[in-house]
Amino acid sequence: MVDVQIKERFIAIVGAENYDDSKAGRLVYSYDATPNFQSMPDAVISPRNAQEISQILKICSSRGIPIVPRGSGTNLCAGTCPTEGGIVLLFKHMNKIIEIDEENLTATVQPGVITLDLINQVEARGLFYPPDPSSMKISTIGGNINENSGGLRGLKYGVTRDYVMGLEAVLANGEIIRTGGKLAKDVAGYDFTRLLVGSEGTLGIITEATLKLIPLPESKKTMLALFQDLEQAAKSVSKIIAGKIIPATLEFLDQPTLKAVEDFAQIGLPTDVKAVLLIEQDGPVDVVDKDMQKMAEICQEQGAVSVQLAKSEQEAEALRTARRAALSALARLKPTTILEDATVPRSEIANMVKAINEISQKYGLSICTFGHAGDGNLHPTCPADARDKNEMERVEKAFEEIFIKAIELGGTITGEHGVGVMKAPYLELKLGHAGIDAMKAVKTGLDPNNILNPGKIFAKDNRKRVVVTQ
Amino acid sequence: MTTLKEQTIIQEEFVKRMDEDELLNCMRCGFCLPSCPTYVESGFKEAHSPRGRIALMKAVADGLIEPDEDVERSLDLCLGCRACEPVCPSGVKYGHLLEEARDIINQNKKHSLPVRAVRNLVFTGLFPHQNRMRAAAGLLGFYQRSGLQSAARKTGMLNWLPKNLSTMEKVLPQVPKLKEMKNRPSHLPADKPVKKAAFFTGCLMDTMFLETNNATIKLLQLAGCEIHIPQNQACCGALHGHSGEKQTAKDLAKRNIEAFEKLDADYIISNAGGCGAFLIDYGHLLKDDPEWHERAVKFSEKLKDISQILYELEFHKKVHLELPGQVVTYQDSCHLRNVMKTSVAPRTLLNSIRGIEFREMKDADRCCGSAGIYNIVESEMSMQILDHKMIQAKSANAAVIVTSNPGCLLQMKLGIEREGLQHKIKAVHIVDILLEAVIEK
Ligand SMILES: Cc1cc2nc3c(=O)[nH]c(=O)nc-3n(C[C@H](O)[C@H](O)[C@H](O)COP(=O)(O)OP(=O)(O)OC[C@H]3O[C@@H](n4cnc5c(N)ncnc54)[C@H](O)[C@@H]3O)c2cc1C
Ligand code: SF4
Ligand code: SF4
Repeated sequence: MVDVQIKERFIAIVGAENYDDSKAGRLVYSYDATPNFQSMPDAVISPRNAQEISQILKICSSRGIPIVPRGSGTNLCAGTCPTEGGIVLLFKHMNKIIEIDEENLTATVQPGVITLDLINQVEARGLFYPPDPSSMKISTIGGNINENSGGLRGLKYGVTRDYVMGLEAVLANGEIIRTGGKLAKDVAGYDFTRLLVGSEGTLGIITEATLKLIPLPESKKTMLALFQDLEQAAKSVSKIIAGKIIPATLEFLDQPTLKAVEDFAQIGLPTDVKAVLLIEQDGPVDVVDKDMQKMAEICQEQGAVSVQLAKSEQEAEALRTARRAALSALARLKPTTILEDATVPRSEIANMVKAINEISQKYGLSICTFGHAGDGNLHPTCPADARDKNEMERVEKAFEEIFIKAIELGGTITGEHGVGVMKAPYLELKLGHAGIDAMKAVKTGLDPNNILNPGKIFAKDNRKRVVVTQ
Repeated sequence: MTTLKEQTIIQEEFVKRMDEDELLNCMRCGFCLPSCPTYVESGFKEAHSPRGRIALMKAVADGLIEPDEDVERSLDLCLGCRACEPVCPSGVKYGHLLEEARDIINQNKKHSLPVRAVRNLVFTGLFPHQNRMRAAAGLLGFYQRSGLQSAARKTGMLNWLPKNLSTMEKVLPQVPKLKEMKNRPSHLPADKPVKKAAFFTGCLMDTMFLETNNATIKLLQLAGCEIHIPQNQACCGALHGHSGEKQTAKDLAKRNIEAFEKLDADYIISNAGGCGAFLIDYGHLLKDDPEWHERAVKFSEKLKDISQILYELEFHKKVHLELPGQVVTYQDSCHLRNVMKTSVAPRTLLNSIRGIEFREMKDADRCCGSAGIYNIVESEMSMQILDHKMIQAKSANAAVIVTSNPGCLLQMKLGIEREGLQHKIKAVHIVDILLEAVIEK
């Protein structure tokens, strides 16, 4: 697809050192964190600025060459797997924090900035950028924006979308546009910023983002509530929210997840209980104390066997870090780790937990569940072995049932991981035919040649599958 | 360069020998990327990251790509520092994968003549034989003492060497006389023995760093250990294991197991992080050898680093340690930290020296770029890593940089020399500063 002449044109734009079509060089961008997906790109390009990207896109548009923007490749929906070949676009040169504006409370960054670097930089100035996906020590802002990532603090502070104020993006035809800005209010035209957030690299290449910052809360407390019954833990979640408290963090981990995480972290997590809730509140000291007290009582009323307050910030950070490692830690159990992202209204969380357990029993699978319970966003995870066809088919069926159940409960097929290739066949379940058609109209309007991350979001056919290939 | 035929054989061996489950164990989350020095220093190239390297190994095993030059380059540039292991939630044993891959490539490709000669000399001619190591070190000692060294420096002969090698020549410690290296009893009593310790002396440590070994023995005695030094012990085999000479490594391992198991000591003590990490992995090295596997595991269970044992025997509480006021910092030995999981003990010991201020250096847990012979064969990347290390060392403003491995020690000395700071900063092995603190009192 990329012939010699085109290769030379690309090199003329970015320089030979930023163009790689060696086999090894392409192989290492043939995958992301999604199990069972791999496909080679034709070349890997690392542009240095928006102008270079604009020139590259013009060539790609005229020649119909697919272009796959890639941050750190940690997405879980095969969003950066170059399933149709083409160019993988890296942002390793575009990784600067351009400005932290303390007067307007904004940060302006390039897409390759690592999330945690930004968080650390702004916190050093007493400011706060809340979206903190568990992958934040390696994920990029460009990736976060395009997946509209959530995190441990989502319940109280929202997700990435709630912090994107303005964007600079290169469209498929090479035009560079700017949306939004440092404005608290702006109704000039369609809200393109929001449209681009979560677009998974299919509508434009983000080259700069202006993000909203807020003041850093003055204090924070962390506790762990232990349960011998999964549903008690889940009910506590709904009760806390019904009790008019919005904690900063309300995370759920079941026993198998706890065991796997403790295996890795070795910080003395309780592995003899059926589930824990990791609960945090931040804000003024007296409010935090009052809320923590009340939440502890709610958990105890629901049957918690113990509620333990972290004794130091170090201990609290160890708990958060352990929680963030949950998914990768589960990967130690079996060769293939299939995880889902079903989300339901918070009030339905106990029903969802119950359904997941019934479904896993029905198919003879061991499903471990953890997740952002406070957001109604659970990650049922199935340690499996891709080489075992029969098992994979059962996994497939179980997850299909989980999706259907989530929708039934008023939920969605993905809360934060995106559709990508992996969940494309299920999108219709959530959106319906008309919904998909409307989205496709937007896509075709902005990218008529379908070069921007083709094959993502919209399924080629409607054969439903998440994990079984062919 | 590997020929196409060699590549085919290498590929077949990958299919046969690479541990498929371990390759699949990597779920590609990327959590290891920020900890990998070569990923960061290469400007974030996935091919020089742990996740990328594992993907390349897997792709070769899967037949997706051939083990071409670029694959080899990616594996060659790996420091083997194993910083990617403790941060991997999935518990991928990257070090084992790397060792196997390097062994396959090395055993199945023809090295150019000079490379072959050097490898042969070092791996089979020199390191497995302690007497030859002594002789080689003796030669170096002769070179240093005879006036040849200063002659070589004056005539500019050394300018022929790559720059870091000639600087390296300057920082090599004064080698003890051959006589000193040979004369040591094989059993040393303690004042009031509480434990029986067998000392793994190490080939570099027992030649070039003989003084440090002697200091180790004194500290062990003070901590209440009677010490046995088996005479027929051998090189640990790390250098071989990491460079694709696995068979020699296995032979050496067996010699060591045999030499130590007879003693029935409570502990086997090493004072070089690099050796210790290899010794502690003998169980894995000999996993397919039914006769030896269990013996290897038993051997490894007794192994402890000197700082760990001093810490456990509460040496720092029993012995008064004091030094004149100065800022001291610690550079982790990667293998001591990442494989032997020893990082608290050395810091606690240093912190208990009265009079000094222990100051943590930023990124102390990051590799210094020494990595066995890496600083010679991959000198460009090594020096880039070292330069960044020195920036941190300088901002810690310490007068002493403490390490726990001979390679790291030399590398830190090299860094100090490159920065022209030899009058302001010194690098020492942890046992040397501890012994100094005992005596000062
Ligand atoms: C262990 C683990 C834990 C995780 N935890 C969470 C979590 O708690 N919450 C959560 O929401 N997600 C989580 N994720 C998923 C993933 O980390 C997030 O989706 C993250 O935002 C991806 O960032 P990235 O830089 O790796 O992007 P990538 O994976 O490289 O890309 C993601 C998407 O963004 C597009 N893209 C990237 N950069 C640009 C750009 N500049 N312009 C246009 N498109 C672009 C890509 O094409 C792709 O579609 C987790 C993943 C792992 C492996
Ligand atoms: S080696 Fe471990 S940390 Fe690194 S990508 Fe693989 S699973 Fe993740
Ligand atoms: S051993 Fe060190 S250099 Fe090699 S991949 Fe792991 S962290 Fe990177």
